[in-house]
Amino acid sequence: MNEKVMMKGNEAIAEAAILAGCRHYFGYPITPQTEVAAYMAKKMPKIGGTFLQAESEIAAINMVYGVASTGKPAMTSSSSPGISLKCEGISYLAGADLPALIVNVQRGGPGLGGIQPSQSDYFLATRGPGHGDFHVFVFAPASVQEMADLTGRALHVAWKYRMPSMLLADGTMGQMMEPVVLPEAADAFGSDNPWAAVGTGMKRPHNVINSLYLAPEELERINFERFKRYELAEAEETLWEEYMMEDAEICVVSYGITARVSRNAIVEARSRGIKVGMIRPITLWPFPKAPLAAAAEKVKSFLCVELNMGQMIEDVELAIRCSRPVDLCCRVGGMIPAPDEVLAHIMKLAEGEKA
Amino acid sequence: MEHKRLTLFAGHYGSGKTNIAINYARALRAAGNEVILADLDIVNPYFRTKDAEDTLKGEGIGLIVSDYANSNVDLPSMPKEAYSLVERRDVMGVLDIGGDDRGALALGRYVPSILSENDYEMLFVLNRARPLTRTVDDALEVLREIESACSLPFTAIVNNTNLGPATTPEDVLASLPFAQELSERTGLPVKMTCAEKKTAAALAGKVKDLFPLSILTLYYMEKEGTSLGKTNL
Repeated sequence: MNEKVMMKGNEAIAEAAILAGCRHYFGYPITPQTEVAAYMAKKMPKIGGTFLQAESEIAAINMVYGVASTGKPAMTSSSSPGISLKCEGISYLAGADLPALIVNVQRGGPGLGGIQPSQSDYFLATRGPGHGDFHVFVFAPASVQEMADLTGRALHVAWKYRMPSMLLADGTMGQMMEPVVLPEAADAFGSDNPWAAVGTGMKRPHNVINSLYLAPEELERINFERFKRYELAEAEETLWEEYMMEDAEICVVSYGITARVSRNAIVEARSRGIKVGMIRPITLWPFPKAPLAAAAEKVKSFLCVELNMGQMIEDVELAIRCSRPVDLCCRVGGMIPAPDEVLAHIMKLAEGEKA
Repeated sequence: MEHKRLTLFAGHYGSGKTNIAINYARALRAAGNEVILADLDIVNPYFRTKDAEDTLKGEGIGLIVSDYANSNVDLPSMPKEAYSLVERRDVMGVLDIGGDDRGALALGRYVPSILSENDYEMLFVLNRARPLTRTVDDALEVLREIESACSLPFTAIVNNTNLGPATTPEDVLASLPFAQELSERTGLPVKMTCAEKKTAAALAGKVKDLFPLSILTLYYMEKEGTSLGKTNL
């Protein structure tokens, strides 16, 4: 096992991507994710990789498309406003069935918003970021260790399913420092992709990387086939963590930084005799519908804690078919709730149940 | 520990400069000095000296910080009051410089004045647990990059090897030969070794020039024993 090192979340993403075999990074600076690019700029030239600061976010995502077409692992990173710009490129990647890693270290919005942490791109990430009918994997790390671990996993599943993966972090996760045990270096994948456009060697027909299908029958067939892969991904790749759920009567649902705040609140509520637990989605797409549906059989109510005006709450209500009340505890604009705010909300729910 | 009128903390991004600068300013103040702490970090928009503003002001320590630090405005501007600290020679000044060569660039404009007064210490903060300063060669590269960016040579090294709250006394002890080797390679003395108060207590008598730190804590971090579950990926 590797020795522990002290890293910023953004650095952990960069190093983990390199260790997973990624040698192509294209980006454009934006707070609070700039350290990803800064780290890549320092490290890539030393290991024979490519770091390129593109002229814009749009250029960067299309450079990713280019490298991905050759089957090689490629990534870009940005923060919320920059991700909006990348959406066209992400749709093209999805339409061409190309894998890629897109990192979004979210900040408050809409528009230019602010530079403090946010989770307000939940809808954007989980509903297919761009035009057309598609999904991307969405991973929500809640520690610097997970920033590293989920980066590797996001790259891995992207290539396994030929889908873009998004690492959906927030400004706090990007900026905070924690000890990390970095993963072992993996063999670079992407050297043996039968679909890659790397030359035929005059031995096979051309591979064509394209998202344009003018015959509606063909485009429909390709969409159907793609969604078969999504079904498989939903069955195989959903990740979540359950915390103190065994006897819980209230289920907190939260991811990323707010899951950590909630954890403090849950420990405090438990010490006051309130039976509360948490389901923490680690993949936001695929969303952990099954454990939530199972929890709805046992708990009396749900509480979503998120840094937006209520986005994941819709997926929770869908997952449990609105069979239980679902409440929202939120802060926005770069604000993070204190554990006491979450605790107060849990207490209110607990009292409501007694009444 | 000896003090010069100006003490500057520079080093690798995330090496712990801000926490040390805050603690150093408080130590100078506790010794009866008039102290001003200047936050010249134009790189990092989060986790700034401003987080400790109330504590510092309560102890009578002046704080010079960009109007935009910790605000929602991403404007890396230098606080205008920083000139007064460099020019005014009747106070002790502690300067927290931004990380790496990019952060140190901002210091350049004050260097002629600092050099002409010649009553300063320029300290290289080192954390061996940081991934880009794991070897003496790497640390030396960062050190030289900073010197060339700000044109102010370092005068000593501050060993701040830590893994945050997970730091053990052994981690600190294991870093001593590393700091010593950097010291020999550069000819710069190791001014002090920093450790969080509890860790420092366990190291008393074992480490020369130990400097105990009080760490700014963040409320959203877990209390002891409630850390995030292990997820089997």
